[in-house]
Order: sequence, then structure tokens, then C-alpha cells
Amino acid sequence: MIEVKDVHFTYPTEVEALKGVSLSIRNGEFVAIMGQNGAGKTTLVKQFNGLLKPTKGEVLVDGVSTRDMSIAQLARKIGFVFQNPDHQLFSETVEEEIAFALRNFGFKENTLKRRVTWALNLLELTEYRKTSPFMLSGGERKRVALASVLAWNPKVIILDEPTIGQDHRQKDILRQFIVQMNAQGKTVVIVTHDVEFVAECSPRVVLMAQGQIVADGDAKRILTDPDIALRASIVPPQITQIFLGLADLGLPTNVIDVSEATKVLLEYLEDGKR
Amino acid sequence: MAIIETKGLTYTYPGATKPSIRDVSLTIEKGEFVILTGPSGCGKTTLCRCFNGLIPHFYSGQLEGELTVTGLKVTEHPIYEMAQRVGLVFQNPENQLFALSAEKDVAFGLENLGVSRDEMRKRVDWALQMTGIEELRERAPHELSGGQQQRVAIACVLAMQPDIMVFDEPTSFLDPLGAQKIFEVINDLNKKLGVTVILVEHRLDLASKYADHVVIMNDGKIVLNGKLSEIFNSETARLIGVGIPKATLLWQLLQEKGLRLGGVPTSSEEATRLLREVLKT
Repeated sequence: MIEVKDVHFTYPTEVEALKGVSLSIRNGEFVAIMGQNGAGKTTLVKQFNGLLKPTKGEVLVDGVSTRDMSIAQLARKIGFVFQNPDHQLFSETVEEEIAFALRNFGFKENTLKRRVTWALNLLELTEYRKTSPFMLSGGERKRVALASVLAWNPKVIILDEPTIGQDHRQKDILRQFIVQMNAQGKTVVIVTHDVEFVAECSPRVVLMAQGQIVADGDAKRILTDPDIALRASIVPPQITQIFLGLADLGLPTNVIDVSEATKVLLEYLEDGKR
Repeated sequence: MAIIETKGLTYTYPGATKPSIRDVSLTIEKGEFVILTGPSGCGKTTLCRCFNGLIPHFYSGQLEGELTVTGLKVTEHPIYEMAQRVGLVFQNPENQLFALSAEKDVAFGLENLGVSRDEMRKRVDWALQMTGIEELRERAPHELSGGQQQRVAIACVLAMQPDIMVFDEPTSFLDPLGAQKIFEVINDLNKKLGVTVILVEHRLDLASKYADHVVIMNDGKIVLNGKLSEIFNSETARLIGVGIPKATLLWQLLQEKGLRLGGVPTSSEEATRLLREVLKT
């Protein structure tokens, strides 16, 4: 779906944000891009939808180079939800906000209406249909931003720091929602610092540091390796930290999930009795 | 000795139809490290604004009940007076920093108070040192990383030598390692200088190991208030959806399966220690 080939990117300020990144994301994958502030995560995902074009190397979306597609063509395939919803929202009502992109893409009026209603329902925003997005709470504004992107049904959804400012319950809802979208065949890419959130969703993790990819694999492997974590300023999930602290007792250290942790501990004790 | 005491505190923003905090009665002792948490919109930030007098002096609106901070009745003392006793650090340091060098930003509050030049020098150096950013003193805040900026913001508040520091989600824009460093700076201020710390935080997995007291709010009210291990283990905390630390959750699951530990862990270090006791025997 997305093929990144040895991409370098230098900002006009001469900051080299990407130093030779190669990455392949398949259709229907769920990928978390992690790494410290300034590692190049957001710069990388902006290459996917053509907001930024490589200084060197190339990015292929569905086999076509982003250099050969307009931002509008790319946006049809790749929806981008910004970290700060206020960078994205501007309409007078939630309904118009969601309709805006659909109108730009030239959807017919009755299809447009149906899609808006569908997106409002999906994100539990129907009661705010006629409300100004700026009257809503931060968490609700984030949902509006997401609804406006989902409405045109892009194949790929990119979410930049979706959990910032969200409380535990909202994160739970977001997690279920992402998993559901992914199960329905959407490719989902999230950019995040939130180790516990990633431990709960368990996607493929691409870890970046200083403009390069330093590790790529399933969450369980990447998040439980203390050396990799240190290189990318990631603190392992709390459950992993506990198991790292007990490694000398012969317990496994690659545990990220609390129910798995319970099982492993109980089995260890059972074995001890035998 | 109580450093913050509220009784039946209820506050309604101007033009709002219902109060944002209701009947809040809370005592915080001098030198405590308190985590204040609860779902978005539960009134945490509103309560913090009462501590330094932003409510009612700046926001106006309607405040009822009693509110005493460092022995002063907040309603009777202006913000500049309360600000020397209660410092506030916000989520996003960009909203707080504006000077051309970190040092000037840290000196700004002191200039406003009319502190003498020598004293100012001393306090700025001290605040930069305590937050570990002496080498950044000449740098422009907007050129610094998020974590460095947040340390400058903390130094600004610290230079005022407040008795109480309130941190409103100070690490939500930082990566985990950056967040941990900020929590360590905050912890040092509490343990070494005896500053009373109130930390508003959702990410309890990271913050719990530093605190001794947790207050959970929901819908404008305090619903739980006490020691971490007792609170995190309560049914109410689970029901209102507070993200209790995974270490405590693990303890709960093990207990359901009949495995008892010698205490309720709230951090990975504690969980490791308690598990080790059980696993070794």
C-alpha cells in the first residue's frame, strides 16, 4: 500500500529530518510509529500523503510515486488526522465540517448527506450536528476531526498522537475504534508516545531515532527490549518493567499485557510446586 | 499542618448553568505529593485555579464555601500575593514562555515582584540548577525541545520560591523518557526542598511511584481521597474509568485467582518487590 524507498528529507531550515528511511506498509496493516520528540515521526507520515515530498528517494502509494500525484488525489486514499484538532477544524457546525471534504471531492449531494449522517453516528456526534466544533471539549473535537476524515472512506487512516489529552475511558473507546476499523480492512497508522496504549493494541511497531528507523517488528518484541527502548527514548510498559525486574528468577521478560502477565505468574508458581 | 484546606467549595463560571466543582472538601498537608486525577472535564483544572486565586479574582463567577491556602483566605488576597505562594505549571510550556533566553524567562516573574538584582541573580541560578538546565540559560526557549522547555517553565515558577507547586498534566506532550525526567525534577523539588506538589495527571503508570496521596474527581466532586494503594484498589476508581496503574491491575487479577501479595503495588518497583517475595518461597 505504502512503499518508502530510501527517503531523505531536509527542511528549508536545513534540518535533515529523515536520513534514509525504507519502509513497506501492506494493505490492512496496523502500524504504530514511535520514538522520541524530534525523531522524524511526523515528517515521515507527512510523506505518505504528499504533504511533504522526499528530498531524495521516493514514496509509492498503491504503486504510484507521490511526486506524480496531487495532494487531493493522495488525500482521497490517505486520511490524515492531525495531533491538534484545532489545526484542522474551521467550519461553523460539526455537520458542515464533515461535509466540507466530501464536497471538495465532488460527492453528489445525496451521497454526501448519507455519508455525513453515517460518520456522525459512528463517532457518537449526532447530537452535536448543529453545534460549532469550538464549543466542544478537546476529546469531542478530536472525534469531529476523525469523523471528517472517515466520511470520505480513505483506505489508509493516519492518526498523529491520538491519545494526547484523552482520559482513560476515551482512550479505551479510541482503541476499540481503531481495532474495529482495522478489522474492517483499513490500513491504520498511528504516531504516538503512548507506550501503554500501544501495549494494549499490540500493532506492528516502527521505532525511529534521529531520522532513521532503528527497529521494526511486533509490539511485544520491540517494547520489551530494554536496549532498543533506550536508543529511542521509550520506557518499556509497566508490566514489562516488572518482568525485567524478575528476570533472574527465570521468568520471561517479553510480557506486555496484564492478563498474560497473570497467566505467566500463576503457571510459574504451579511449576514451582511440582 | 494543613497547607490547603477547602470546605464545601462550589464554583460556577460566569454564564455557566451548573457549577464546575461542587461541595469540595479537601485537606492537603505541607510537604505532600498529591496526584489529582479523574475523567476529562471533571473539574481538576478548575480546582487548581482556586488554589492560586485565579478563581475568583481573574475568572470572577460565583464561589461558595471556604478556601484557605498557606493560612490565607484566598478570596481576601490578590493573585500576585497568592502567586508567590502557589506556582502553576501548565500542560504546554509554549503557552508560558516568551523571552529571548531561558534565563530572562526565569527572571521575569522576579522582575515583576521588584526583587533586588543580587537576589534575582541568586534565585535564577538556583532555579536553573535545580531543574538541570544551567547550560541552556542563554538559549531561546522556542529553540529548545519540549522537555527542555518544560524545565524552563518549571524553573520560572520555582524561582518565585512558592510553598506549593501545581502541575497541570506537565508531560502530555513529551516522550516517555522526557516525561520521566520531568517527574524526577518534580520529585526532587518535593523531597529535597519540601515543596508541596499537586500533580494533575492521567498517565498514572508513570507518576504513581512519586506520590503519597491521590484525589479522584468525577463530575465536579471528589469521589475518592486517600493513600494510593487503597484508592487504586477501590471499585469506584474502576467504575469511573480512572486508568489505574498496570501494577495495581496485575495485583487485582492475581488476587481474583487466589494469589495474595504482601501489599497493594502502585508502581513497577513495588510490584517487582512484592512478587519476588511470593515467587521465591
